[in-house]
Amino acid sequence: MHEYSIVQALLARVDAEARARGATAVHRLTVRIGELSGVEIDLLATAFVTFRDRTICAHADLDVRAVAAVWACPVCSERIERGSMLRCAACGVPARLTQGDEILLDRIEMEVP
Amino acid sequence: MCDSCGCGDPEVIPVDVHDRILAGNDRTAAHNREHFSDRHVTAINLMGSPGAGKTAVLEATARSSAGREGAPYPRWRLGALAGDLATDNDAERLRSAGILAKSITTGSACHLDAAMVHRGLHDLPWHDVDYLFIENVGNLVCPAVYDLGQAANVVALSVTEGVDKPLKYPVMFLKADLVLITKIDLLPYLPKIRVEAIADALAHVMPRPRHMCVSATTGEGMGQWLKWLEQVRVAQPCPEVRHHP
Repeated sequence: MHEYSIVQALLARVDAEARARGATAVHRLTVRIGELSGVEIDLLATAFVTFRDRTICAHADLDVRAVAAVWACPVCSERIERGSMLRCAACGVPARLTQGDEILLDRIEMEVP
Repeated sequence: MCDSCGCGDPEVIPVDVHDRILAGNDRTAAHNREHFSDRHVTAINLMGSPGAGKTAVLEATARSSAGREGAPYPRWRLGALAGDLATDNDAERLRSAGILAKSITTGSACHLDAAMVHRGLHDLPWHDVDYLFIENVGNLVCPAVYDLGQAANVVALSVTEGVDKPLKYPVMFLKADLVLITKIDLLPYLPKIRVEAIADALAHVMPRPRHMCVSATTGEGMGQWLKWLEQVRVAQPCPEVRHHP
């Protein structure tokens, strides 16, 4: 359940950003979570609801954008299908994960006086 | 204040951040890495399920490295930080094997993070070791998410865990530089387990699959494991020479 520790890091970061701008409340957070990031989106959402109380995010929504894993050949850019060997059959080189490992805070919508 | 109509309502502004949520952990990990680099200490993050044989591999590493010949270091000085939910048992075993070891007691935390490792370093005279093994909490999910400042990630996977563990826990194996297939001496008793099937599963989740078969009990495979450790150390940048006025 490392999602709890990720939410704590998220709330600390948002608190710092909000304070720096003198915000009085946060309305919405947008985060991006990759399929191969090791973070479960449902658990993250549960952890957020648990920990947001008595923080500047107490009434904030968490908007989670899931990012599918995409593997491709770094040489010919050919997509490598999920569930197959992570190596380009044509070029013989290891596949590269082009997206899907993100654990990102994209945007904070905050209320300023 | 809303200045479009002058109503006096507060204004909601979007602030674009586009930064890793674990950026704080990444900074602490970079700080740890700098410490290790300055002291030319090779840090290895050893992960795996509970009971995969992480502690046994380290005990065997101490035995094998003490007895080998022709190595660049006459005898490796080994250190370890052992992540443990509740006990000091692993660190105690490692100390008995001649490894300078301390526990990091995590309580209910299912993984180590860079700050825990940093605090752990304060309790361990680690400056003079050649290798610092960070034995992570037994778990195939959470530890994979946190950079600790290590030079390499190693995952211990025992033959008794079945052949499809890599497919079930892809993130852990995706992050591994090396997979140690442990308890290889038990293979004769496991007719359904084939190392080739484990290797095939690894190739589906690791772009650069690398595995070695080892037995902490018989010592099989320990030579190539030590050789791999040497290669990691050689590849690590040497500390800059400091000129004191």
